[in-house]
Parts: sequence; C-alpha cells; structure tokens
Amino acid sequence: MNLASWGMYPVIKNKSFSLKDEKSLQNYLQKTEQMIPFGNGRSYGDSALAENIVYCKPYNYFLGFDESEGIVHCQSGVLLSEILEVFVRKGWFLKVTPGTKLITVGGAIASDIHGKNHHVEGCFSKCVQEIRVMLESGEIVTCKKGDELFLATCGGMGLTGVILDAKVALKKINSKSINQITIKTKNLKETFEAFEKYARMPYSVAWIDCLAKGENIGKCLLMVGDFADDRDLSFKEKKKLNIPFMFPSFALNNLSVKAFNWLYYKKSPAGESHQKVDIDTFFYPLDAINNWNRIYGKGGFTQYQFILPKEVSYDGLKEILGAIAESGKGSFLAVLKLYGKANANYLSFPMEGYSLALDFKIEKGLFELLDKLDQIVLRFGGRIYLTKDVRVSKETFEKGYPMIEKFRAFRKENGMDKKFHSLQSKRVGI
Amino acid sequence: MSYVLIIGAKSDIAKAVAREYAKNGYDLYLAARNVSELEGFKKDIEIRSNRRLELKEFDMVAFDSHQAFYDALEPKPLGVIVVVGYMVDQKVAENSLADSLNILHVNFTGCVSLLNIIANDFEKRKSGFIVGISSVAGDRGRKANYIYGSAKAGFSAYLSGLRNRLYVSGVQVLTVKPGFVNTKMTEGLDLPAKLTAEPEDVAHDIFEAQQKGKDVLYTKCIWKLIMLIIKHIPESMFKKMSI
Repeated sequence: MNLASWGMYPVIKNKSFSLKDEKSLQNYLQKTEQMIPFGNGRSYGDSALAENIVYCKPYNYFLGFDESEGIVHCQSGVLLSEILEVFVRKGWFLKVTPGTKLITVGGAIASDIHGKNHHVEGCFSKCVQEIRVMLESGEIVTCKKGDELFLATCGGMGLTGVILDAKVALKKINSKSINQITIKTKNLKETFEAFEKYARMPYSVAWIDCLAKGENIGKCLLMVGDFADDRDLSFKEKKKLNIPFMFPSFALNNLSVKAFNWLYYKKSPAGESHQKVDIDTFFYPLDAINNWNRIYGKGGFTQYQFILPKEVSYDGLKEILGAIAESGKGSFLAVLKLYGKANANYLSFPMEGYSLALDFKIEKGLFELLDKLDQIVLRFGGRIYLTKDVRVSKETFEKGYPMIEKFRAFRKENGMDKKFHSLQSKRVGI
Repeated sequence: MSYVLIIGAKSDIAKAVAREYAKNGYDLYLAARNVSELEGFKKDIEIRSNRRLELKEFDMVAFDSHQAFYDALEPKPLGVIVVVGYMVDQKVAENSLADSLNILHVNFTGCVSLLNIIANDFEKRKSGFIVGISSVAGDRGRKANYIYGSAKAGFSAYLSGLRNRLYVSGVQVLTVKPGFVNTKMTEGLDLPAKLTAEPEDVAHDIFEAQQKGKDVLYTKCIWKLIMLIIKHIPESMFKKMSI
C-alpha cells in the first residue's frame, strides 16, 4: 500500500514493509538498501517518506505496566490514543502529548514531540526511560538517558535505526476533565503579557488570527488549564466526524479563512472566561474530525512551525505576522506556544522562547513566502520543526540546528547514514 | 462468564477481532496451531482490557481432534468466530494437489468439521452466535485465485445453510466477506488504498454486525457493490476477462 504523510504532499510511490517481529525486520534490513521508519503518518511533510518504508504501526503490543510507578512498556507502533484508552480510567495520563493523540510511541520519540506544557515538562524524551533500537546491522541495543544513542534517537527522525519498544512514564491524574481559562487578547503585546501572567499554569496554547493587520496584529485566544480534581475518570471515546472526500481545492481561500477566524474569535467572551472541558476537547480538538487534512484539497498542505529565542520573540513574531498578513495567504490554524529550556538531544526542536505553527495550502507563491520567512527566523536565531517541514533548504536547516555535525558524525560512525534516509534527510543533508 | 472462541487466532484480522471483543467486555479463548506464539499477544490484551483469556492449541486440519477440542472448553463459549484464511499462490496450487487440498481443508473442510460440532451444541442450547470469515473471492471464481475462491465459496454456502437451519433455534450465523485487507496474507501485493481495509476496521465492522444480528457483511461496504457487478457479468463475457 502506498503511504502518504499528513500533508498529502509530496505524493510518492513507496513500498512498505509491515513490522511484526524482530526476526523479519532483521532480514528486511539485510536485503534492503535504504529505508525510513514510518508510524501513523501524522508528520506533515517528507520526514517519514522514502521509496522503502518500515511501517511500524502494526507493531503494537503492550509489553508491561508498572502500576506503582506508572510506567508503561510498549512496542513502538502503539498509538498514544491506545495508551489513553487503557490508562486514563486507571488514573494515568501522558506526561507530554502533542495536539493529536493519533501518533505512535515510536513517532513521538523520533520527533521528540512536545505539548502545551513544554515550559513545565519539556519534551517527550523526558518521560522516556529506555528505548530498544534495531541498528543498521540488525543488532538490537537498549539505550537510556545520557547514552549517545538516546540523545540521537530522541528527535532523530528515525535516522538512527528502527525503534522497537520503549518504557514511558505516565503522570497521575484525578480527573478526566480540565479546568480551562480562555483569555481573549487584542494584540501581540497583550498576548505576550497573558502568556507571562499564566506561565505557572501547566498547559497553555494560543490561537492567533494571522490575518489581523495593523494594531490588531497578534490578537489571540489564549487557553490555559490544569487537570481538575473531581475523581471522575470515566473516559469515553467520542464519536468522530468524518470528512469522507477531498474538498475541492478552492474551498479553503482567503475569505473562508477570514470568516473562520472571525467566528472563532467572536464566539469567545471578552477578557477571561472559565470552562470545564474533557481531555479530548482540551488536548485534541482536531482529532474529533477524521481526515481533517482533506479540507485542503488534493494538492495538500504544509505546516510552517518555527521557534524564536525568548528575548527576541516579540520583535520576530511581529515581523513575521506582518509579512504573512501582507502576503494575504491565509492560515486556517495559527498556534502560538511558550517553551521552556532546550534539552541535550541533537535534533530536538524546542528552545526557550515562542513558537508559531501555521497551516498553509500548497499553492503557487507559498514556498517563496516561506523562504522569506525562513530568513526572518534565521535572523532572529530561530529554527524550523522538521516534523512539520517539507521544503526547508539545507542551509536554513543547518543554521538552526547547531548540533547537526555531532548527529552526522554519530550516524557515520555507526553506518546509519547508509541505511536510513528519508526524502527530508536527503534534502537537508543529514 | 462470557467467552468468545476465536479460531485461527494468529491472523491479523483475528487479533484485531480479539481486541475488539475484549474491549467490549468479553473473555476469550484464542485457538490456533502453535498457540504459545500468542503469549505476547495475551499479555497485550490483559493489559488493555483486564479480561480473562485462554490460549488453546487447535489444528484446523486435524479433523479427528475437533470433538475433543470442543468438549474440553469449559465454560462453553457463547459465540465462535472462525477467522481462517490460507492462501497459496494460484499458479503453485494449480500444479500441486497437496497445496490445493491444503487450501480446501483449511478454508473449508476443517470449518465444516468444527462448526458441525459447535452448531449442534448451540442448537441444543438455543443460543449463541457463529461468525465465519469467508471472502469476496468466494462470490465468483476468477482465474487469479479460484482454488482459494472455491474453498471460500463452499464456506459461504455452508454458512448460508447453517443460518437457515439455526434460525428457528435463535442462533445467529454471520457470514463476513472482506475485500482487500492490509494483512500478512496480502503483504507485498499492490492493493488499491481506497478498497483496502485495515484489520481494525474489519474487526470493528464484524463486532457491530454481530451485535446487530446481521446475516451477511461485506467490509469495506463498497465491496457489496463491486461484487454485485462482478456477479452479474454474463459468463460469456466473464470468461474472456482478466480481473
């Protein structure tokens, strides 16, 4: 079966090998020249695309659970949604989760994903105790925090080997609900002030209206929250909406984006408001709609996510939001987040500062705009998130990731650079 | 005590079905050859669902062992799901009686042997459900896989007759006809994505259809339409086609 990434761009022919057991993976590694591991296809761009793909999702057994410590041991194809389905009712939640629960544990490690609580809890790798990886030779190695293989594998985009299984620490919760505060701001200055004011809250994220111009630039809805304490853990999977077909590509245009953003902003009361919402609503609003990527039409879409160091975030964001508003290219979703300190992993994305993520339909003129934004990002000392990327240049990538030479050297030393490659790793020369 | 017996439990569809039933509160007997290979899977289900689960050694083509196998199950299952699908390349099977017989025995004769025994018990108890995973390949013989297809056709006809017989006893018989499914059996085949289901989707469809008391299930449902068309192509044309 032909596998595609979430952005549906680019579409390439590939052959996939379904991971079911170690032995057959060893055989496959031996007889296949180059490959890249693939989880549930939720990375946006070409980081898990190649001619040959190791499809890890079928490799999905739970191997053990330590109830006293809350440590789950599972194979790399287990979805975060499966972990929640099993463990929320027992009072456990993921320490770190991204905005979708439909990713595999292996993918979470390879992207070293982060969530709304990065400023408090850091990246996914922080709650990973141990990873078993099959290297290029077929040898299986267990690595722990501090090992070089661990530093390279967490955030390493599947380029060190195939992640087989991992031990992941969960966090204790007393409720399936989150007490949420929504803050409506009028401009970027207010948005930043609100982030700082609520920095002690474990979870925070803002939706920015990126078509706002002039003095309204950076107006947002900031949502912050923490788990409630009502002892109600009756977590139930919700019925999902489905987008059964591709939207025509003109459906999402400047006007509809404007209307959406206007409605979204409008429906919230001014100032602060309080809500009690469930896990799915708070953490995974878009998972409620299956295949929501289809609204972008056949041509696909991409997400542009960059991060800027804290001290220059305000100026940088102002300039970038200005450039986007001026281009008139609408982003349906624009998500702003505050980050804590960077970790020691070679290719992890987060650094202390602010990150903005914007979805764009692939269309004429888009990549030119993004190239322009790259220059602003680099000028302010920021970088681009590989998990979302499909077009960044080698030069831009290298400037953003100062530890790339270490990563390259490690790959070379261990023969990984001969075996593991994605379209992205070739493009940016990893 | 609400055990469901799954025959051929090592297949990808069977595993997905097992998870679906466990998730919905059923205990499981998982039966297969060399069943100890499922120890890891057993552990997985126990972590996921806290249900009781027992592994049972079972050989579909050891017909003589079937009665003793069923007699030894205590408590008796309230339903059985037969998920066997054994395929050998058509060209190989054409030239090998041994392979052809194997296909027929695993996919058809063995099912008849086992389900005769279970049907008699369910009929006496006046309750239970029998789910048989047949295939769209049994709807019409094609040159690409008619030996497998004819075994599945036999199984479909058997299930249809069984349903007719057991209706008055209140025993449900569900015939499942999957189209392409992304499993070990189809690994390496170039399947069209839009027509190919994941084992989890098939399992979910089976559970829903069984709970609703349905008779025949095509999954994905588009296959109902596809097979309707294929079945209605006149033989004079069909024999010239390559589909």
